[in-house]
Amino acid sequence: MMMNPAMRVTADEQRALRAWGVLHTVLDPEVPALSVCDLGIVRDVIPTDDGLEIVLTPTYSGCPATEVIEQSVIDAVNGAGLGPARVTLQRAPAWTTDWISDDGRRKLREYGIAPPSGDAAVAQERPIRLLPRQTIECPRCGSKNTERLSAFGSTACKSLYRCIACREPFEHFKPI
Amino acid sequence: MSTPSIQIEQAPSVQYLLRLGDTALILGQRLGEWCGHAPVLEEDIALSNIALDLIGQSRALLTLVGQLGGQGLHEDQLAFLRDERDYRNATIVELPNGDFAATVLRNAMMATWFRLMWERLRESSDSELAAIAGKALKEARYHQHHSADWVVRLGDGTDESARRMRAALDTLWRYSAELFESDAVDSAAAANGLGPRWGALREPWHAEMRELLDEAKLPVPADSAFRSTGKTGVHSEHMGYILSDMQYLQRAYPGGAW
Repeated sequence: MMMNPAMRVTADEQRALRAWGVLHTVLDPEVPALSVCDLGIVRDVIPTDDGLEIVLTPTYSGCPATEVIEQSVIDAVNGAGLGPARVTLQRAPAWTTDWISDDGRRKLREYGIAPPSGDAAVAQERPIRLLPRQTIECPRCGSKNTERLSAFGSTACKSLYRCIACREPFEHFKPI
Repeated sequence: MSTPSIQIEQAPSVQYLLRLGDTALILGQRLGEWCGHAPVLEEDIALSNIALDLIGQSRALLTLVGQLGGQGLHEDQLAFLRDERDYRNATIVELPNGDFAATVLRNAMMATWFRLMWERLRESSDSELAAIAGKALKEARYHQHHSADWVVRLGDGTDESARRMRAALDTLWRYSAELFESDAVDSAAAANGLGPRWGALREPWHAEMRELLDEAKLPVPADSAFRSTGKTGVHSEHMGYILSDMQYLQRAYPGGAW
């Protein structure tokens, strides 16, 4: 049977579109409030002759979750019958927290993590500087009266803060 | 030994990348030793996080070495199956951690160096190296902020903390000279656009370190004639011990994974 090339493209596009839908349900194992799409690490979904290629950008060089995320993405796409999926990593341009979606920022706040603040904020800072640091809003009570406990938190992407107003500790998703 | 050692290529581009990859790898390994031992929980986490970033950067670089070298070597083979003389890290990162003052001072020295290096490597003629640098630069900025904060806090702190920072400077500063020595390997890299001569970082590094030490009320040590030579494969007596720790498992159980 002859295949209509136009229809073929449409079918591929539909398959990719469905894959995007599936990817919205694949959660970051370290921050399970966010999907990989919210996190902004899915660069592309490319239909191939026999399946789908998912292009991901890793967050941190040493993030131990990278391999878990790759496997979760493959399992989810295959599980939805859209595979076989394979993942390729694309390092450039480097991932930035600016790519976390607005929806993702809202979900972070609801989850108790202060979302990253400002665009490329880190790049503008002088490498050697002490206080005052950036003001981070408490994700629980909204107070700006907070202090940083540690630049590094339970995962590479977060730092530790404490709210002086409501006395609760919280994490901040570092701008990078 | 039950596993034969990997031989590495002498091509300057391979050597240049190994110097970077091994310097990140060995510093990452050293910082990992602090896990469970740092003075406070937050620092334990911070040092382990920095170690993870460094090992991640090293993995990317060693993977690139494996591809460029034409031998199809895997990052793990390169990390775990070379003999001491085939490691090309600068000597400063293989020195024992010492106390917390020495650890944060070395971190500040190395993070400053790496940040300056990654900034330049973003312009590398090798697009993969440029991509690795683009990512690693963001991480190095955090490492530099964090360690610089500590240098100031301890240098301009109590008599005891200042005394320890001075002792750390006495020990570590002379090893910085190796980070700015240029030779045939980096001349070749500079000529083909792979990356800068290490000597090109000397001035900017000294300017930032001077600013930091002034802020910390610590003296800037004088230059000395001492030159360490780790990046040419001739290491200090400490290197064998760190390799024993790192390599034991892969030597005893080749290809072991978990």
